[in-house]
Amino acid sequence: MTQANLPAWARLRVSRRHEKFIQVLLFLCAALSVLTTAAIILVLLGNAVYAPGAKKAFFEHVSVWEFLTGTHWKPVEGESGRFGILPLLSGTVMVAVIASLVSVPAGLGAAIYMSEYAAPAEREFLKPVLEVLAGIPSVVYGFFALKFITPWILKPALSLFGLDLGTFNVLSAGIVVGIMVTPLIASLSEDVIRSVPRSLREAAYALGSTRFDVSARVVVPAALSGILAAFLLAFSRAIGETMAVVIAGGQQPIATLNPLRGAQTMTSFMVHASTGDSAADSISRMSIYAIGITLFVITLTINLISGWILRRYREVYQ
Amino acid sequence: MPTITSGNVPPSVAGVDRELDMSAHSAAIEARRLNFFYGEHQVLFDVSLTVPERSVTALIGPSGCGKSTFLRTLNRMNDLIEGSRCQGEILVEGQNIMDPAVDVVLLRKHVGMVFQKSTPFPKSIFDNVAYGPRVAGEKNRAVLADLVESCLKKAALWEEVKDRLTTSAMSLSGGQQQRLCIARTLATNPRIILMDEPASALDPASTDRIENLIGELCANYTIVIVTHNMQQASRVSHQTAFFYKGQMVETGPTMKIFTHPSEKQTEDYITGRFG
Amino acid sequence: MIRPASDRNKAEIAQVKSAGTASAAITSPIVERQNTNANRAVSFISGADRHIRRRLMLSRIFAAVCRFATYSAMAILIVLLVAIVWSSVDRLALDFVTNTNSTNPTRAGILAGVWGSFWLILFTALFSVPVGVGSAVYLEEIAKDSFLVRLIKVNLANLAGVPSIVYGILGYTVFRSSAAALGLLFDGHHVVGMAGLFRIRLSKLPIYEDNILVGALTLTLVILPTVIAASQEALRSVPSSIRVASLALGATRWQTIWRQVIPAALPGISTGVILSTSRAIGEAAPLIMLGALTYTSMCPGSIDSPTKLLTRPSQVLHAPLDQFTAMPIEIYDWSKQPDSRFTAVAASGIVVLLIVLLSINSVAMIVRHYASRRLKW
Ligand SMILES: Nc1ncnc2c1ncn2[C@@H]1O[C@H](COP(=O)(O)OP(=O)(O)O)[C@@H](O)[C@H]1O
Ligand SMILES: [Mg+2]
Repeated sequence: MTQANLPAWARLRVSRRHEKFIQVLLFLCAALSVLTTAAIILVLLGNAVYAPGAKKAFFEHVSVWEFLTGTHWKPVEGESGRFGILPLLSGTVMVAVIASLVSVPAGLGAAIYMSEYAAPAEREFLKPVLEVLAGIPSVVYGFFALKFITPWILKPALSLFGLDLGTFNVLSAGIVVGIMVTPLIASLSEDVIRSVPRSLREAAYALGSTRFDVSARVVVPAALSGILAAFLLAFSRAIGETMAVVIAGGQQPIATLNPLRGAQTMTSFMVHASTGDSAADSISRMSIYAIGITLFVITLTINLISGWILRRYREVYQ
Repeated sequence: MPTITSGNVPPSVAGVDRELDMSAHSAAIEARRLNFFYGEHQVLFDVSLTVPERSVTALIGPSGCGKSTFLRTLNRMNDLIEGSRCQGEILVEGQNIMDPAVDVVLLRKHVGMVFQKSTPFPKSIFDNVAYGPRVAGEKNRAVLADLVESCLKKAALWEEVKDRLTTSAMSLSGGQQQRLCIARTLATNPRIILMDEPASALDPASTDRIENLIGELCANYTIVIVTHNMQQASRVSHQTAFFYKGQMVETGPTMKIFTHPSEKQTEDYITGRFG
Repeated sequence: MIRPASDRNKAEIAQVKSAGTASAAITSPIVERQNTNANRAVSFISGADRHIRRRLMLSRIFAAVCRFATYSAMAILIVLLVAIVWSSVDRLALDFVTNTNSTNPTRAGILAGVWGSFWLILFTALFSVPVGVGSAVYLEEIAKDSFLVRLIKVNLANLAGVPSIVYGILGYTVFRSSAAALGLLFDGHHVVGMAGLFRIRLSKLPIYEDNILVGALTLTLVILPTVIAASQEALRSVPSSIRVASLALGATRWQTIWRQVIPAALPGISTGVILSTSRAIGEAAPLIMLGALTYTSMCPGSIDSPTKLLTRPSQVLHAPLDQFTAMPIEIYDWSKQPDSRFTAVAASGIVVLLIVLLSINSVAMIVRHYASRRLKW
């Protein structure tokens, strides 16, 4: 029976049922994201912490304590294996800190310039430039760091001070990651700076402020928590950044704070381990899950804090 | 709104002597044939006005007639508006402030401004008041503390906040915030204070306090106040100027404007026939 | 009227000095000036006050620093592009895009990567567009504010911040093992029921567990939060008067969404979707986690020219289940080769990748431009 030969009210009923079905379908689409999160957590926990059945999870081989405090990372089978995450963590933190040193001043400066100084036409031109910078793939930045920044800029500059720079080094990796996250800081900070009401700026000018006074003493302090949220988000992005670091940062898991040498980060170890030809349930493979869960927890925590700060900030001006 | 007729102009607030002869006062501000444009849109037409020193001048007129625009030309706040243009001459204490060589930072320290909406910075009460002196280079904490205290006292806010100077200014009530903004302006040591409907967002009790404050301040400062409220204008001012459609229709001693206006438009306005 | 600035300056200094001696106890210049309030002579002329001159200088320096920060971003972009094009000259030629990979740097080409990326993006778009737009429609148009909906929204915000490599772990563990299980099903002789129908074509060809579909599913999860956010934004920009008008004419909610809201939001949705999908083209990390090939000279399904898309249907069917590499993966592989002649190969690969990205972004810009013009009519 087709719809056409039903009475009008019945057709409506059919179409309502049809709509109900579509709504459920759309709900399932939206719910997929929750499922994804659940799957990520299950997969990571199920291989790192407790594996059902015969397979043994990573932490059933290595104690959590050893993992979190060990200073050697040598993911091989048997007696000589060492599974301390600190070398990878120090590499990761170094990259993220260098990236922040680059991106925080640059991003904040750009945000202040675009919101307080640039004419509308200039902004229209600068925004796409930053978008393009943000859209360039990570591998490209890795190549740029390894083949250009290290040999053509850092090596000559550091040799003036008698410093020796490795072909693979954390410094160049950190710098390009900084360049990558600068647009993120710039656009997020610009948004929060713009949301500072115009009346506040006028009040400051009326008290005899220069533009610098208005920006640095009124607008930026008023937007500070929002800007902080942007920094945190960029920091977490830098922690999870992968390909640029894999290409330019080297693969030695050594606990060092010397950015002139190469060091392995959590992400570059994961890439390294999955390109090697270790068996699927080898301890080296299983360690990916333990590192993955560490990475996930760190980035999620930072993102949650950042989101919380941003929500509180928005409440102030709305 | 009850209409004002010759018989019932409300009494002035303490400190404002409406019978004062102001011809003895020198001019703090002299605006001469001011024309103002937002882009192509002209909003002030040949406005001339003289503001005597140490007195209160009220600007009245229907909404959109250009009162705020005029007020904002007096400390060049309109410079901040893209595409705005001003012709004519404004002398502040004898100097033409439209001169391109004029430093607006100096000018605005000298000619302070209080806005309709209170605009406390999201900082502590102390830091709000200390803002002006700080940007001007004052670092000595003791000097700042004295200054903050004296300005808060002048703004009649000291007693209410002296125990919580370090709490956020956002936690104050609307009336307190507005008095804080006045204290903040006083701290830059201006001689002229411009007020753009400073009490229009406040409850009657707070409005009362602001009006009394104006009466106290006018002994030492020249005040120009824009107000929507005609009773308020008559209570706090020595001189009143009536604006209509971008023109300054009439100006004179407040008592005269409210009892024997010489222009028909002024009379219509103050008796509530329009606006 | 106005005395020369220098005169005024002297006068003011003299005044300040005299006031200072009068009340020796007060040391602050601010307080001095306050005390001289009654009879001070003021000058508004710039440069009259040394302190303000310093502040204005500071303000200009600050502006210059901020401008420098902003424009250095542009300078870096230019340097990056120039450095890459300059590095690529030794290899960039037509045969770079017609050759597949080789251990010989003068012969190595990116064809396999281009085809791999093509298939990946095709399926990523096929999966992510309906699911992404569907989620956005649900969240913006249908959902009422409930605990579950809030959970979904918070969750989406946080998923966007999960490093893409974590999705790689998920894809490796879930999709890849499912593909492996599926491969067993087809390759073994235990095929039951409907599966037998597909077996006819596919069982002769190997099914890989690290295939295009697995890669596309993983990339879908990576970009889904962005696709949803972009679509939500487009839907939000549709004025609610359109919805009200449609509902008032007796249309049901779904009719309103399908016939009025989605068409009105379509330009915004397509721009957002194209831009987020193009991000997937540059992703290498999650694909490497899945076990995508870093070195191969084979295109998926052995389809290495557009004509074969039409003439080899069985290969076309096989391509989604074949192993693959992708442009960014090949670039990564060339970048890490010790033989320095591969630098030019990697740079050439980057040039091709950037050209592809640029073309896709231009399409998005054109859509946006065209749509904004149409709306004005
Ligand atoms: N920033 C601006 N840009 C363009 N026009 C403006 C701006 N501010 C005010 N105007 C216009 O100028 C006229 C006078 O405004 P205003 O001075 O604010 O009036 P009042 O304070 O007397 O109510 C009004 O017509 C208003 O629309
Ligand atoms: Mg006004």
